[in-house]
Amino acid sequence: MLSINELRASIEGKEILKGINLEIKPGEVHAIMGPNGSGKSTLASVLAGREEYEVTGGTVVFDGKEILDMAPEDRAAEGIFLAFQYPVEIPGVTTINFLKTAVNEIRKYKGESPLDAAQFLKMVREKAKLVSMNDSLLKRALNEGFSGGEKKRNEIFQMAVLEPKLAILDETDSGLDIDALRIVAEGVNSLRSPDRSAIVVTHYQRLLDYIVPDYVHVLYKGRIVKSGTKELAFELEEKGYDWIKAEVEAIG
Amino acid sequence: MSNETIDLKTRLVTDFYARESVMNGEASSAFHQKKRAALAEFDKLGFPTTRNEEWKYSNVKDLTSVLYNFNADSSITSADLEDLKIPSQEANILYFINGHYNAALSVFVSASSQIIIDSLQEAYKKDPVLINTYFNELVKDENDAFTALNTAFAQDGVFIHIPDNQTVEHPVILRFISDARVQNVGSQPRNIIAVGRNAHVKLAEAYRTLGNERSFTNTVTEIFVSEDAGVEYYKVQNESENAYHIGTTKVKMLDRSQFYSGTVTLNGRFTRNNLNIILDGERCEAHMYGLYFPDGVQHVDNHTVADHRKPNSESNELYKGILRDRSKGVFNGKIFVRPDAQKTNAFQSCKNIVLSTDATMNTKPQLEIFADDVKCSHGTTTGQIDEEALFYMRSRGISQSEAMALLMFAFCADVISQIRIDSVREYLEGVIAEKLASK
Repeated sequence: MLSINELRASIEGKEILKGINLEIKPGEVHAIMGPNGSGKSTLASVLAGREEYEVTGGTVVFDGKEILDMAPEDRAAEGIFLAFQYPVEIPGVTTINFLKTAVNEIRKYKGESPLDAAQFLKMVREKAKLVSMNDSLLKRALNEGFSGGEKKRNEIFQMAVLEPKLAILDETDSGLDIDALRIVAEGVNSLRSPDRSAIVVTHYQRLLDYIVPDYVHVLYKGRIVKSGTKELAFELEEKGYDWIKAEVEAIG
Repeated sequence: MSNETIDLKTRLVTDFYARESVMNGEASSAFHQKKRAALAEFDKLGFPTTRNEEWKYSNVKDLTSVLYNFNADSSITSADLEDLKIPSQEANILYFINGHYNAALSVFVSASSQIIIDSLQEAYKKDPVLINTYFNELVKDENDAFTALNTAFAQDGVFIHIPDNQTVEHPVILRFISDARVQNVGSQPRNIIAVGRNAHVKLAEAYRTLGNERSFTNTVTEIFVSEDAGVEYYKVQNESENAYHIGTTKVKMLDRSQFYSGTVTLNGRFTRNNLNIILDGERCEAHMYGLYFPDGVQHVDNHTVADHRKPNSESNELYKGILRDRSKGVFNGKIFVRPDAQKTNAFQSCKNIVLSTDATMNTKPQLEIFADDVKCSHGTTTGQIDEEALFYMRSRGISQSEAMALLMFAFCADVISQIRIDSVREYLEGVIAEKLASK
């Protein structure tokens, strides 16, 4: 489904990703872990198409299509979704209106006719229930004045509505208490299916108790330096990242 | 035009005396003496240059470099108006074509016991003494060439009187249409709105242009708001690329009255709006909302004044602008708090999005506070579209152009949602959406 090959990217002349290789098959959940500044969020941003980053090498093929030259909105329409680490507040645009525009823009991209108001509302209500999202939040301006937990829940809610093939969760656990974390994780899990994949970017193992990954990769200094199964996450939780850094320096 | 060049000012002054010479007895009336004094003032002041602090960023050279026909006939029909796609609503609608009242196109729905509406000319014929008590009373000391010019030539326009304790259910919509299909046209409408005690009314002035020759509108509206009265006043400008508009609205508010205004400038080559509110009573509330959205080489200048003269009143102002291409915007907001106006609350905010490196916005808040127990605040921001918000929307599948449109529409919504005449608000929403989609 997703095939990342020797991906390099920099920002303001500084190279952050230094040759990432990653293969994700349909239905798989991959966790990306690593110390601060290792390039985790950069990888998430580059996959979603954030334009501040300059891709300097490599390829990313999603569902048979090279996506690096695609606009962010086209990637979204192809089925890539980024749950933001810091969801943006947009005054004046209600969550419901925002999502309706998104859904219909994606349908237009696929050559489908727009959903009418009734169909859309019915679908949205079902999805809101799925992630325990309060209906009243839908009518408010997008993320404006939302608590940290509400913002993250709104990300998962949007994901549920847009039904992406590949969800990228960028530190979705940061700033969440344990109850909010559980709700968010349940939302993600309810969307798991054999044809949907996810990349879970996280600093801590905590989230992975709830969203159990098939694979865990450690990103350090812009490269994936270690890959394993969920046991690797436990090991990192126990021993920290120093032993990985030491291993890399020894080889490097 | 002949080789002989005659400038606009000279032409106007000459025209005035030519008209006066055929007036017979009326020339000695108090009404005419006001006009005469105003003409002398205009003659003395001349058109402002950018050396005049009030006109520093707005150069009228282009406007005053050609002549206009101030008495142009118009063969306008209701079919022509169809092209302007003006929304219909059950309202009192008055048409002014090239500044002259057009009775055939106008409609009235409110009872005459609730509201008295006459063209200024008609009203003066009926009761010269009454009109004279209002005419020029608010703007006589403006020291502004355009206002003086309007006073000198004031002929048509409207006189609206709401008797005490009347609440006018249907809005009054004044449509000023410049028919510039065959020549450069000029108009100088003069409006007087007198709202009695505890009376309530909603008004809108709407400016449109037909044709592509130049139009010059120089308009003055004086609004008298009595004790406990409430007035909503909207000004909507959607004119042509060759339309020049200078407008002054001056308002005087008495105890416990409320004045609520919205000024929306969507199109026009050059626009200058002066909105001056005197809060001459206690516990008054004045609200000023404004939106401007110039593109191309359009120029929009809003000058506002909230003049607090008595204690315990409040003024609240929000102006917003989106500037594209090579357009220019100017905002100057004055707040005066006079020595007697203790416990005044005055707030002012001006927010702008500049979408092009060739567009400019000049903002100047000007607070002069002579009382010590007051709450005043002001703030201006000028920036670009929020890139982070744009990326967020695009990452959800919304195209860049659609995301920009949504963000800008949301930016405008703060002001547009304040407009409480439904048909006017819906019309504006439509024009804004169209304009947002155009690029």
